Amino acid sequence: MTSRLSAITWNTFREAVRDRVLYNLILFVLLLLASAPLFSQISIGLEKLMLVNVGLSSISLFGVIIAIFLGIGMVSKEIDKKTLYTILSRPVRRWEFIAGKYLGLLLTLVVNAVLMTVGFYVALLIFIHRLQGSDATLLVAVYFIILQFMMMVAITLLFSTFSTPIFSAIFAFALFVIGTFGEDLKNFAAMSQGATRWLATGVAYIMPNFASLNVIAQAAHGESISAHLIIFNTAYALLYSVGVTAMAVLVFERRNLK
Amino acid sequence: MLAIDIQGLSKKYAVGFWKKHQRSALKSLNLSVETGETFGFLGPNGAGKTTTLKLLMGIIFPTAGSAKILGKDYLDPEVKRRIGFLPEQPYFYDYLSAPELLDYYARLSGVSASMRKQRIEQLLGRVGLSDVGNKQLRKFSKGMLQRVGIAQAIIHDPDVIFLDEPMSGLDPVGRHEVRELIQGLKDEGKTILFSTHILSDAEALCDRVGVIHKGELRGVGVVNDFRSSVAEKTEVIWLGAKALSAVSDLVTAPHSTGETVRGTVQSADLDRLLEKLRQQQARLISVTPIHGTLEDYFLANTREEKREPGNS
Amino acid sequence: MNHGRKVMIISGVLVAALFAGSVISRLQVESIRGPQATLDETLYLPSGKTVKRLSLGYYSLLADIYWTRAVQYFGARHYVRSVGHYELLYPLLDITTDLDPKLIVAYENGSIFLSQRQPEGAGQPDKAAALVEKGIRANPTYWRLYFTLGFIHYTDRHDYKAASEAFQKGSEIPGALPWMKVMAARMAEKGDDPTTATYLWKTIYDTTTDKTIKDTAAKHLLSLQADLEMDELERRTQAYYERFKKYPEEWSDLIRAGLLAGIPADPTHTPYNLRLDGTVRVANEKDFPYLERHGAKENK
Repeated sequence: MTSRLSAITWNTFREAVRDRVLYNLILFVLLLLASAPLFSQISIGLEKLMLVNVGLSSISLFGVIIAIFLGIGMVSKEIDKKTLYTILSRPVRRWEFIAGKYLGLLLTLVVNAVLMTVGFYVALLIFIHRLQGSDATLLVAVYFIILQFMMMVAITLLFSTFSTPIFSAIFAFALFVIGTFGEDLKNFAAMSQGATRWLATGVAYIMPNFASLNVIAQAAHGESISAHLIIFNTAYALLYSVGVTAMAVLVFERRNLK
Repeated sequence: MLAIDIQGLSKKYAVGFWKKHQRSALKSLNLSVETGETFGFLGPNGAGKTTTLKLLMGIIFPTAGSAKILGKDYLDPEVKRRIGFLPEQPYFYDYLSAPELLDYYARLSGVSASMRKQRIEQLLGRVGLSDVGNKQLRKFSKGMLQRVGIAQAIIHDPDVIFLDEPMSGLDPVGRHEVRELIQGLKDEGKTILFSTHILSDAEALCDRVGVIHKGELRGVGVVNDFRSSVAEKTEVIWLGAKALSAVSDLVTAPHSTGETVRGTVQSADLDRLLEKLRQQQARLISVTPIHGTLEDYFLANTREEKREPGNS
Repeated sequence: MNHGRKVMIISGVLVAALFAGSVISRLQVESIRGPQATLDETLYLPSGKTVKRLSLGYYSLLADIYWTRAVQYFGARHYVRSVGHYELLYPLLDITTDLDPKLIVAYENGSIFLSQRQPEGAGQPDKAAALVEKGIRANPTYWRLYFTLGFIHYTDRHDYKAASEAFQKGSEIPGALPWMKVMAARMAEKGDDPTTATYLWKTIYDTTTDKTIKDTAAKHLLSLQADLEMDELERRTQAYYERFKKYPEEWSDLIRAGLLAGIPADPTHTPYNLRLDGTVRVANEKDFPYLERHGAKENK
C-alpha cells in the first residue's frame, strides 16, 4: 500500500512541477524586492512590519490560489482524460488514489511555501540586516498557513470528485472567503432564533475557520503565539482535513465514471 | 480453469431529464473464456463492448450480475495484479516520458524495484520504442502511444489481458505491428480478450468470437468453423449483358459495367446458370465459390430481428 | 501587396488611431470635470469593518496599504498649499486603525497630521484626540500615546487641564519616563507656557518617525526660541527707554549703552529687526510661521 500511495503522491507532485507551478516563486521574489524600497519611503521603522505583512500574505494567498487551480482538476481531469482507466485496472484502491492525490498536492504547496519562506528570510536579512528571536513567530505563522493549505486541498479535492472544474473553483473559492470571516458567522448564529439559529450554528461549524489560522498581524508586530493555540489549531486542521478527504473517498468509492 | 467467467452482468443507465427512463447498455451477459484462449469481442459501435470492459475493470458498477477472473471476484484488488488493460484511444500522462510512465505503472502493479528497470527496457524493446529516450508522451504519434499502451498493459506480466479496440486509428504498418504483438502474447499462453470491429483481425488472431449487439450477446462461434464451411454461394463474372435477362431469376444482385456482368448465384443453381449463359453465348470470365465468412456471421447477428444464437 | 499584409497594415493603423483618439477624448473629459472630480469619487469610503471583511483575512497588509494611502494623501495636500482640504484623512486613519489596532504609528503620526491647524494639518484636533483615545484603548500599555494625547490637548485644543490629566495618566503606566509626571504638574500649574511648549516640541522632534512632523517640530522650536529671544530683546529696549526716555534707533545704540554685547541674530543667523516703537521683529517672517508674541499679527 505505501508503495502505491507514495507512487501516486510523487507523480502528482511531479505533474505540478512540470506544469511550471513553481514559477510563481519568481513573481513572489519580484513582489518582495519591489515592495521593500517602497515601504521604507513611507515611514521609518515600518519596513519590517510591512515586509512581514507582504511576505506572509503572499505566501498564504499564492498557496491558496495554487491549491484551487490545481485541486479542481485533480480528479475530474483524470476522469475526463480517462487516465484513471489504466490506474483502476491495477491493484490501486480508489481511496489510495484520493489519498495520493491529496498528499501530492499538499507536498507541492509545502515545498512552495518552504521555498518562499527561505526567500522571505533572505529578504529580511537584506533589508532589515539582522534577525531576532521574535522572528520565530514568523515560522509559526507559516506553519499555520500550511495548516490552512491542508484544509483547502481537502476541500478542492472533494469538489473535484463530483463537480466540473469551473463549479469546483467557484465553490472552493466561496468556502475560502467564508472561512476568512471567522467570527461573523458565529455571531450571526448567536443573534438568530430557533431553527435559524441551529441551522446557522451548524453551517458556521461546517465551514472551515481560517480566521484563527491567520496570525499574520501578530507575527508582523512580533507577538508570540501560545503553544495552546498551536496544538489546538493543528488538531482542528488535521481533523477537518481528514474528515473532508474521507468524504471525498466516500463520494468517489462507488462513483460510476464516464 | 476459466480465466474469465461472466454471469448475468447487466448495466442500466437512468436517462432523461428526470432520470426516469432506463437504458440498457448491457443485458445479462453470460460469457466465459478459457485460460490461454484468445477471444474476440465483436460488435458495432455502441453495442456494449466498452461497457463490458469498463465493468470488468471496476470503472463502472453493474446493476446486476457478477464475474470472476482467474477464479476470484473480479473486483478483488489482488486479482488486478494479474490482469492488464488497454483502453480505447488511450490518453496517458503527457508530461511523462515512456520509461517514467512504465515505471509508475509498474510500481502501482507491484513490480518489485529490482525487476522494474529490466522489464521496462525489455518491454520498450519489444514494442519497438527503445530509442524514444526521455521524450515526453505529448510528443508521441498515435502509433507510438498505442505501443506504449500495450507496454503498460503487460509491464507486470499479467496472465489475462484486456484490449479495447487495440487497432483503432492505426495505419497499416501500425496494425501489423500490434497484430504481431498480440500473436506474441498468444504464443506465451496468455489469455486475451479484445474487442474490435475489424473482422479480419479477429479472424486472424482469435480462437473464438462473440458478437454483441445493442447490449446483448447474440452469438458465440469458433473461428475455424467459419473457415471450413462449404461454400453456399458462388460469384460468377461474364461478358455479355444481353444474357442477363435470361438468368435474372437465378442471379442475385447483378452488377453490369458495360458488357461485364457480375452476380451471385446459389451453389446449387450453378450448373443451370452456366448452361444458360452458354446458350446465350456469354463468355465466362470467372467462377469463384464464396465461403461463409465471419462477416456473414457478424451481419447475421447484428440484424434488427432477433436470431437464435448459433445460427449463421 | 497580398491580402494578408493589407489587413495587417489597416488593423495596425486602426489600433493606433483608435487608441490615440481614446486618449484625447479622455483628456477632454478630465479637464471638463476638473480636479475636484477625483475627490468626489473617493469621498465614498467603506467602513473599517467592511474593508476588514473584504480583505479575505489579509487585513494586516491592508492596514499598511491604507496607512500608506493616508500618508500620501496628507503629504500631497501639505506640500501643495493651494489645496487645503483634508476631508478624507480621518476616515482613512479610522479604517487603518480598524484593520490593525496595533499600528501605533497611525495613531501617533496620524493624529498630529489631523490636529495641526490648517494648512499644515487638517485642523481637526477633536478628531485627533478621539483617534489617540482609540489607540489607547487598543494599546493600554503604550504610555507614549498619552504623550501624544496630552500634546494635542495642549498645543491645538488649548485645554491645559485635559493635557495635564493625560500626562498624569500616562505617567502611571509602568515604564513611563519620569518627565511625564513633571509635565503633568507643570501644565496643571502654569497652563500655556513657552518652556513647556518648547519641551513638548523638542520631544516630538527627537522621537518622531515622520519627516514632515519633524520639519514642523523644527519650525515650532525655531519660532519658540525666537519668541523668547525677542521677549528678552524687548526687555532691553524697554530698559533703554527708561534710561534715555526714547527708544533706540539701531542696535548699536543698545550696544553703546551696554545693554547688548553684539548685534542680535535670530536662530537662522539673520539679524533681528529693531522697530521704532521698540518692538523687535524677525527679518524673514516666512522662516518663523509659528511666532506667538512677535509675529506680524502683533503689528499695530
